[in-house]
Amino acid sequence: MTMAEGDLAVAQLAFVRRATIAPQPPPATMTGAIGWLRANLLSTPFNITLTLIIALLLAWVIPELLRFLILDAVWTGVDRNACLESVQHREIGACWPFVREWLPYFIYGSYPIPLRWRVDVFFIMLAIGIVWLLWLNAPRRDIGTVFFFVVLPIASFILLSGWAAIGLQPVDTVLWGGALVTIVVASVGIVFSLPLGILLALGRRSRMPAVRTLSVMFIEFVRGVPLVTVLFMASVMLPLFVPEQYSPDKLLRALIGIAIFASAYMAEVVRAGLQAIPKGQYEGAMAVGLGYWQMMRLIILPQALRITIPNIVNTYIGLFKDTTLVFIVGIFDLLRTIEVARIDPKWATPVTSTTGYVVAAIFYLIFCYAMSRYARAMEARLARGDRR
Amino acid sequence: MNVAENSGSLLKPAKLNTAVAVEITDLNKWYGDFHVLRDISLKVMGGERIVICGPSGSGKSTMIRCINRLEEHQSGHIVIDGVEVTADLKKIDEIRREVGMVFQHFNLFPHLTVLENCTLALIWVRKMPKKQAEEIALHYLDRVKIPEQAGKYPGQLSGGQQQRVAIARALCMNPKIMLFDEPTSALDPEMVKEVLDTMVALAHDGMTMLVVTHEMGFARQVANRIVFMDEGQIVESNVPEEFFAHPQHERTKLFLSQILH
Repeated sequence: MTMAEGDLAVAQLAFVRRATIAPQPPPATMTGAIGWLRANLLSTPFNITLTLIIALLLAWVIPELLRFLILDAVWTGVDRNACLESVQHREIGACWPFVREWLPYFIYGSYPIPLRWRVDVFFIMLAIGIVWLLWLNAPRRDIGTVFFFVVLPIASFILLSGWAAIGLQPVDTVLWGGALVTIVVASVGIVFSLPLGILLALGRRSRMPAVRTLSVMFIEFVRGVPLVTVLFMASVMLPLFVPEQYSPDKLLRALIGIAIFASAYMAEVVRAGLQAIPKGQYEGAMAVGLGYWQMMRLIILPQALRITIPNIVNTYIGLFKDTTLVFIVGIFDLLRTIEVARIDPKWATPVTSTTGYVVAAIFYLIFCYAMSRYARAMEARLARGDRR
Repeated sequence: MNVAENSGSLLKPAKLNTAVAVEITDLNKWYGDFHVLRDISLKVMGGERIVICGPSGSGKSTMIRCINRLEEHQSGHIVIDGVEVTADLKKIDEIRREVGMVFQHFNLFPHLTVLENCTLALIWVRKMPKKQAEEIALHYLDRVKIPEQAGKYPGQLSGGQQQRVAIARALCMNPKIMLFDEPTSALDPEMVKEVLDTMVALAHDGMTMLVVTHEMGFARQVANRIVFMDEGQIVESNVPEEFFAHPQHERTKLFLSQILH
């Protein structure tokens, strides 16, 4: 029997599945190393070109770096002769003995040598505080938070500047320097800028005109002025208005300047996050009876800060590097101590400056990269609970 | 989506008590120049279930959002259980504790688990110990039939489940009045019924409900009264049988002819 044309048409339109298709593994070109290469490095002609260019760049830079930092580097010596091409009759890379001799200065500045254990204790306490605060599975994080925000600042202040009453010889902040100053300035900026920035951001979005206007004026004024100017004003102009004996310490003034400066930027970062939270979240929070501060603390800020983490850390990284500007008001941060050391006649060679700057680069790279990695990890962790 | 397929399951008469739950008198509201609510007056008795319907932009959502002060009104009075809604923050907080609200887009807190969504207000507003709050939350999650989802995040649930969590979250505060702002409009069709069933069950328990919805089956089954709004005014208000059988106003007739095919 032959099928009529009409039957054929019906047969094509109607369809009922009789057997379920079981899932099958993907083709080999999608998995394993080859699949990864194809997907990530060689997917399009443009991508292939990029891959080639980057490969060439790496091939050019990495051997140079290795040569300078390790292969041709000088590891021992007592003065500049060890690092001079004309004396050694070979290619000279980094001059590490120079760094070894000056390293204590890079770390402590002119902090009195017998008292440097106090700085070490500060570094250790800070490291404990940071790990306790940032490691999300750490035990008793509530105590850790109190330690970081209350105990640590007070203890560090007493420890570093000294307190004669309990037998700690006072150390003028003029003597502080190097990594110590960089870390103190950055920590103070980082710790104070976030809460201040949050308050300013909330103020800028407030329904109260006075609060809003003040916040806007503060943010726009500080953002409209270069950090160098803020620091200058803090250290040069303030003493003009305040009598000498009441004038706060020079480092303290710079710290306040940096904290104010960073908080204005932070405010805008946080505001962007607040604006990204849908209106429904505010309404949901209000409808269950939460007050303004409860709503902000429990509902809005946790979500707003989460989506702003990359920008907050970006601001922190910028702030960390901006601390080098305190040299302009005569404070010896790490970079400034390196500047001082590199013109030491005892070590004056063509490679001394480069070596010093390499130390600075490594120092800043480690800190900034750590911040960046931590932010990535946080984002990944938070993203798990956020499959909207 | 007809919940009430036969009229035998009609839920009337409601066990009305004599107390006035919500009294709105001469309510007016403007968005800028736009007169969105015009001389609205509505009296809702305790245990009464009001369905508010009307074309979009007619002001129905705005009206129920005025009740818990998510919107400010410019003139007229709203009295909830003897407390007038004014700019007084203390009174607003008091009212919001007594009035539960369910939104079109659920408005669950995505960074908190289902259980935490429900316990949040108990812990922070009612100042209840966490343990007790969790017991209450689980009780209501059980009532909306999703106790097993307590540990999940809202984003892991279907729309219908999320809306039921939102209902449970509102119920946890033991409200006297529940406001529903188009609770099923954002749901996929196959999820509407589970939410409506939950609301029907709530109606059976005698909850005072104001529901903005286009679910006419639900209105027929559950409502004591249907309020039809257009252009910021209450155009017609009647018991469901009369409302559907004998609409009086031209606008109501047109509206019904458009939504009941």
